[in-house]
Amino acid sequence: MSGEKKREFHVVNHSVPRRDGRAKVTGKAPYVSDLKLAGMAYAKVLRSPYAHARIVSIDASRAASRPGVVAVLTQNDLQGINPYYGHAVKDHPLIAIEKVRYAGEPVAAVIAESERAAFEALEFIDVRYEELKPVLTPKEALEKEAPLLHERKFEAGALRGFEGEVTAGKGTNICQQHHIQWGDVEEAFKKAAAVVEGEYYFPMTYAYAMEAYVAIADVNDNGITIYSSAQHPFMVRHDLKSVFNLPVSRVRLIVPFVGGGYGSKSYTKIEPLVAACSWKAKRPVKLQLTVEEAMLTTRSDDAYTWMRTAVDSKGKIIARQAKIYMNTGAYAENSPLVVEKSTNRCVGPYAIPNVLIENCSLYTNTVPASSYRGFGCAQVTLPGESQIDELAAKIGKDPYEFRMQNVAKPGEEFFPKMRPFDGTLKEDLEIAAKAIGWKEPLAKGHGRSVACSGSDAGAYPLTSTAVRVHADGSVTIMTGSTELGQGSHTVLPQIAAEELGVPFDEVNVVSSDTAITPYDRSTGASRTTTLMGSAVLEASREAIQQMVVMAADVLKVKIEEIEVIRGGVRCGEAQLNWSEVISKFYALPDGEVIGRSYIRKSGKFSQLPVFWEAACTGVEVSVDEETGKIKMEKLATVGDVGLAINPALAEGQDIGAATMGMGIGLFEELVYEGPQLVNGSILDYRLPRFSDMPKEVELHLVQNQDGVGPYGAKGGGEASLNSMAANIANAVDRAVGVRIRSAPLTPEKVWRALKDRKQ
Amino acid sequence: MTDSKQTLQLNFQLNGKALEVECEAQETLAEVLRDRLNLTGTKISCEVQVCGACTVLVDGLPVSSCTFLAYEARDKNVLTIEGLARPDGTLHPIQQAFIDEFAFQCGFCTPGMILAAKSLLDENPKPTEDDIVHYMDGNICRCTGYVPIVRAIQKAASGMAKKEK
Ligand code: FES
Ligand code: FES
Repeated sequence: MSGEKKREFHVVNHSVPRRDGRAKVTGKAPYVSDLKLAGMAYAKVLRSPYAHARIVSIDASRAASRPGVVAVLTQNDLQGINPYYGHAVKDHPLIAIEKVRYAGEPVAAVIAESERAAFEALEFIDVRYEELKPVLTPKEALEKEAPLLHERKFEAGALRGFEGEVTAGKGTNICQQHHIQWGDVEEAFKKAAAVVEGEYYFPMTYAYAMEAYVAIADVNDNGITIYSSAQHPFMVRHDLKSVFNLPVSRVRLIVPFVGGGYGSKSYTKIEPLVAACSWKAKRPVKLQLTVEEAMLTTRSDDAYTWMRTAVDSKGKIIARQAKIYMNTGAYAENSPLVVEKSTNRCVGPYAIPNVLIENCSLYTNTVPASSYRGFGCAQVTLPGESQIDELAAKIGKDPYEFRMQNVAKPGEEFFPKMRPFDGTLKEDLEIAAKAIGWKEPLAKGHGRSVACSGSDAGAYPLTSTAVRVHADGSVTIMTGSTELGQGSHTVLPQIAAEELGVPFDEVNVVSSDTAITPYDRSTGASRTTTLMGSAVLEASREAIQQMVVMAADVLKVKIEEIEVIRGGVRCGEAQLNWSEVISKFYALPDGEVIGRSYIRKSGKFSQLPVFWEAACTGVEVSVDEETGKIKMEKLATVGDVGLAINPALAEGQDIGAATMGMGIGLFEELVYEGPQLVNGSILDYRLPRFSDMPKEVELHLVQNQDGVGPYGAKGGGEASLNSMAANIANAVDRAVGVRIRSAPLTPEKVWRALKDRKQ
Repeated sequence: MTDSKQTLQLNFQLNGKALEVECEAQETLAEVLRDRLNLTGTKISCEVQVCGACTVLVDGLPVSSCTFLAYEARDKNVLTIEGLARPDGTLHPIQQAFIDEFAFQCGFCTPGMILAAKSLLDENPKPTEDDIVHYMDGNICRCTGYVPIVRAIQKAASGMAKKEK
């Protein structure tokens, strides 16, 4: 990368305005919720009132004869398709079959001429259930006589995203198990100078993408076309291909703008159900979930962690051991990968010679859990970064200095077999500490904390793209990456414009249509800038190579005589821009050149993770001892991004992620009372608002060009979430001397802890 | 469930133009705008009046169109995001400031956010940061952490004030 470093950038590393800006501020940007197809009908879903029950019978005849009703879909209508899907394990029926596994599971869908008619017909479906004992927590799920959620056996999916085995489907409630181990933990704890040990809980949370899940399916003799709010259209295509037993070429997923994802729109959600509705109704069908229904569709895994960490007499961390139980809800979805990632991320970005982490996720009769921004990292960074502070306190060290002493160093192989660390956490920590005034005097009742995280990015390198250079010199990028708001429609053209030397405004993006855009595995795990960005860079360079050959042909010279200059070529006196090269080549001012690239797990991407996603956050809080209420006074984020293709967008990701993390630290939690979700509405699920933000916010980027992505870029956008809950817990401890080991730190929890401390 | 499929003729000013539309009595303003008039810039999220995504201005005041009956808008002036830019395409200063300050990501909250900000600045052209936070607190954004939105509103306010002079 050193050659790249010297370079002066024309377009990248500049905060150019968002490409989708005008469409989004004028209300013209299309989301699936806004689309209508000719002849389209509407579906509404009947959901199970029970958490665990056998379906004795379903009679939909009364509903089917209601005015405006086109058809009703139930378990009785699935002959001819394979109704179970799942990229990790095929455990998820597109509509409940024989039993229901959580309160809120779809049991029937009414398809009607209008949403209202569909909704009104729901109450005319007669379902008889026989209740079963529900399993609600990992502990209950592990009990010997615990009822089984899944009696069927199922196989691991080829696209599960990791190489290990899947535990699910082996006759227990265990969904996935994973462990990592090196050194000798027992020995290390025996000779440790100090040890901290504790139990921690990270709550179930709801991502609240403001656009709830929505899809329109058109299933006909030609195949399937689906418009969906999915983050990963190619992964969804794979699930639908096997549900309907079709060749990939006949399944088309189209994703326009997505109204927020944050991981919650990863993988397949409602698409198989909508497709089955269209298949049954023989018409295009739209299913728009409400936010309440979205809350019954996906959540984050909650996690119970026991952890201990040890230091030697010099203050070096020598051992960490943890046992994690994650609650994955009724279906596996992406939780097997979340388990693997949270196991790895439990180590933290520290070089620890003795490690043993055991992780187990359990099926329970609750809403299915899956990917969520940070991907299992926040769940284990709450214990991990809490214990760093607890240990520092125990040995009388400043927690900031303690971190500075122990964080992984650039190039250090701190995690066996993984890519050496490619970030600069000391530099990051220093910036975060300075931003929140670490060394400055503190007012009474105030506390500060800085914390960090380093995630082995889940970004799997399998990406392709086409960069089309047109005869007028303008460019179209064909990309499978989805614009979720993160800015891919801006960052990718910046890279093509940089490489091809054409104006940014003349580079357009066509995205996320599996029939048209080349394959991209997913839009998640902060992968797009690094992997799709590299693909666009290489495809642009490949287009240039082709145009060099064309120019030699046109100028009747040898290829070696052609020199590439910005935006075109030179040969002696002659200069041609791309438009001239292409027009002269075809002898008409029309036609195009297509640059391609295929990224796979090889070359600089052969070692995983393709990058470490590292970031620090710093906070100052104040605590009202009367009420237990925490107020955010300061927030700083430091994104260790290698190079920001668009600094304003990168900072925007950091503050957005930190705000989500703050929400979890302060008040976000899905609450179950028995088998029922009791705060399953935005009225009751508390989200961060304008007034929750601290007055002082500083956003920093560290750009050492140390990533494998374009110009040394790495992914960002998740990491600032991960350390926030721990940061808040640490800052509260330093403010008022109570250690709280579960998130969120609600006023009641803090108040109780303060009361207990006084007694 | 009522079966009252009574339709009514509704007259109101929409984005500066007189309009007549047929709708059912129980339809919300958001349904009429999105489903009958195909003005999909108005977004629907929570549907319980807590997120502000569906904010439109009725006689200059912000309402949650997800719960506001269309009937209540009769003979009034309704402004939606589609009516904010000038007919020649020039963006309203608040729209421009949202672009300049990166005050959105997914953009789903943006139409409601911009209209709420417009009503704030119409009422209070020189808001303090606290005024902005207080006024905008009913609008949720899950992407941006709000900081750039506050900045955009401040920028729009100072830009608009300069123009006045
Ligand atoms: S959709 Fe109307 S306030 Fe949320
Ligand atoms: S920009 Fe996505 S919710 Fe505000």
